Amino acid sequence: MKLTGAEIFVECLKREGVEIIFGYPGGAVLPMYDEIFKKNYFRHILVRHEQAALHAANGYARASGKCGVALVTSGPGATNAVTGLADSLADSIPTVCFSGQVPTHLIGNDAFQEADTVGITRSATKHNFLVKRVEDLALTIRQAFHIATTGRPGPVLVDIPKDVATASCEFRYPEQVEMRSYKPVTRGHQGQIRRAVKMMLAAKRPVFYTGGAINGARGSAELLTKLVRRLGFPITNTLMGLGGFPYDDEHFLGMLGMHGTYEANMAVSHCDLLIAIGARFDDRVTGKIEAFAPEAKVIHVDVDPSSISKNVHAHLPIVGDVKVVLGQMLEALDAARGEPNAEALKVWWHQINEWRERDCLHFEQDMDGPIKPQYVIKRLHELTRGEAIIATEVGQHQMWAAQHYGFRQPHRWLTSGGLGTMGYGFPAAIGAQIARPDATVIDIAGDASIQMNIQELSTAMQHKTPVIIAILNNSYMGMVRQWQEMFYESRYSHSYCDSLPDFVQLAEAYGGVGMRVERPGDVDAAIEKALANRDTFTVIDFIVTKEENVYPMVPAGAALNEMVLA
Amino acid sequence: MRHVITVLVENEFGVLTRIAGLFSARGYNIESLNVAPSSDPTMSRMTLVTRGDEHVIEQIKKQLNKLIPVIKTEDLTRQEHMEREMVLVKVQARDATRAEVLRMADVFRAKVVDVAEASYTLELTGKSKKLDAFLRMLAPLGIIEMTRTGPVGMRRGSEGFTVGD
Repeated sequence: MKLTGAEIFVECLKREGVEIIFGYPGGAVLPMYDEIFKKNYFRHILVRHEQAALHAANGYARASGKCGVALVTSGPGATNAVTGLADSLADSIPTVCFSGQVPTHLIGNDAFQEADTVGITRSATKHNFLVKRVEDLALTIRQAFHIATTGRPGPVLVDIPKDVATASCEFRYPEQVEMRSYKPVTRGHQGQIRRAVKMMLAAKRPVFYTGGAINGARGSAELLTKLVRRLGFPITNTLMGLGGFPYDDEHFLGMLGMHGTYEANMAVSHCDLLIAIGARFDDRVTGKIEAFAPEAKVIHVDVDPSSISKNVHAHLPIVGDVKVVLGQMLEALDAARGEPNAEALKVWWHQINEWRERDCLHFEQDMDGPIKPQYVIKRLHELTRGEAIIATEVGQHQMWAAQHYGFRQPHRWLTSGGLGTMGYGFPAAIGAQIARPDATVIDIAGDASIQMNIQELSTAMQHKTPVIIAILNNSYMGMVRQWQEMFYESRYSHSYCDSLPDFVQLAEAYGGVGMRVERPGDVDAAIEKALANRDTFTVIDFIVTKEENVYPMVPAGAALNEMVLA
Repeated sequence: MRHVITVLVENEFGVLTRIAGLFSARGYNIESLNVAPSSDPTMSRMTLVTRGDEHVIEQIKKQLNKLIPVIKTEDLTRQEHMEREMVLVKVQARDATRAEVLRMADVFRAKVVDVAEASYTLELTGKSKKLDAFLRMLAPLGIIEMTRTGPVGMRRGSEGFTVGD
């Protein structure tokens, strides 16, 4: 059967199981948009800026476990998408972005709305393609989804010139996708797994340190929880890894790193065995690299060989999918018939519990004073029983959310960990709400970050996503201000958010519900009202203490055990 | 330390840019890079000369392998291998020096590939160090222009470097 490129596009997406795509039309993608209209195979979510399409696809992917899909036009459509692609690359989120391109005979001609999309996005994607012949389109789309969702997941871009979308060819769907140059390893080396188990059983001061991969690989969190409880070891999560282990389990030490807990950072600094699973020793985690886990042997499990021994030497590397490797570890542990060193662990836990007594995240809310940002997060946790899907922007509010929300389950935490993209959270929350229509989805935002993609209020309205936007409004770019206070002698250079809009009126102007909360006593009622509103989005403008700092903090370049506690 | 890395890649649009982009984005050095189709026309073979300590070279290899169109890499420096490079050099050759240029060519077993009234163009193939020595000897005679290919290499013995292994 002969099909046009645009027809092949929708047929292939259907066969990939795509149900939702996020996009914005334009001249070069009109053939695809026409086919979407005619076939009506999947739901299209019209965003208001292409960056938001990519963030929404990212949020959708994290909440659903499926690949996120976006469609943008040529030129500015594609360049607007770049931040979203780079964000998904840094956080390893499976997304496929299709971009329109000027017709092949105009490529290189500086045509209207032409950009060298493949050139511009090369370093912002896991891989990208320019489809030059309609005959190559089906296989390319198949490969794009394969690459995006296997190995270390990531964004893939497919650039489709307009004449390729309108040309026809015989359509044959490639059932199998086999690439001789791309064969990710999934199963860990059995000998290495046995050695790892031996090291675990011999360890006196072990710590698990797990990352975003546990939130990515479905089913891995359950195996991790089983393994940790079985061994009785302490565990810390990276920012990306939160939800990978239940926060209220006694083995959980909280997040580590720059704004990690005292007990997590001290445990890592004093451990004799660090078991890193699907985490990549980011500089925000390690602090001063020479002083990171100085006494530890390191076991590092990662699907990406280039992550292993990149920043910190791994004494025992294991390349493989975290879920498969965790399963192998549990089996090997059964077979080993040994037990962890109970005597040593008792001493280790005693030490850890001493560190815990510092209660480093403690704060006091004076019910007659101004609202503390941490208090808002605590109340959000209580009133949603820790079960909401939480998205964040980037900054202080993000760190408070990470420290105080408390996640019991995976796939409910959407934050821009690697790239640190302000403006990520709200569109990601919309994407997550589309994936999980019945879930409570909250974007914890700052007054500065929310304005980076605030136009998406219109998207939220149009698609009836009852996302709650909780703005912790301190009239500052809070994290910038904190650094200026601590490291630039309080010279607040351009970090004050002058001329803030009235967020309540703004919400109402877009058709949603807006509330302002200025007293601690009113926090609960506002949250409850927002939770009850399933018809539209709700913006709650929490006016919080202006110059609150995020603690603990490891200053950039300092060692993890050199925390500033308050 | 200097490392010679062979890379087998899919012979497709943009591969060279991906490799060059990887080196610039991650701040690795490329001393030379040679690319041409291999015996299988769907693949190209590259020889890449770079410098770095063990840790850097390990990362370079891993990052190369991470690129989707890269099929296989091999660090030739770690094994018995051959390396050859070619140079074309145009040297001034007037009355007084004409014989001297030819004598140098003879000593290094270079070929004369072009003769003009005031110059000879010579071709020499060999290890990079031999080419360096040759050019050093010609320099006082007056080099008009010169171009080098950068080394290509392969391991010694009967084994090939193919997709199979």
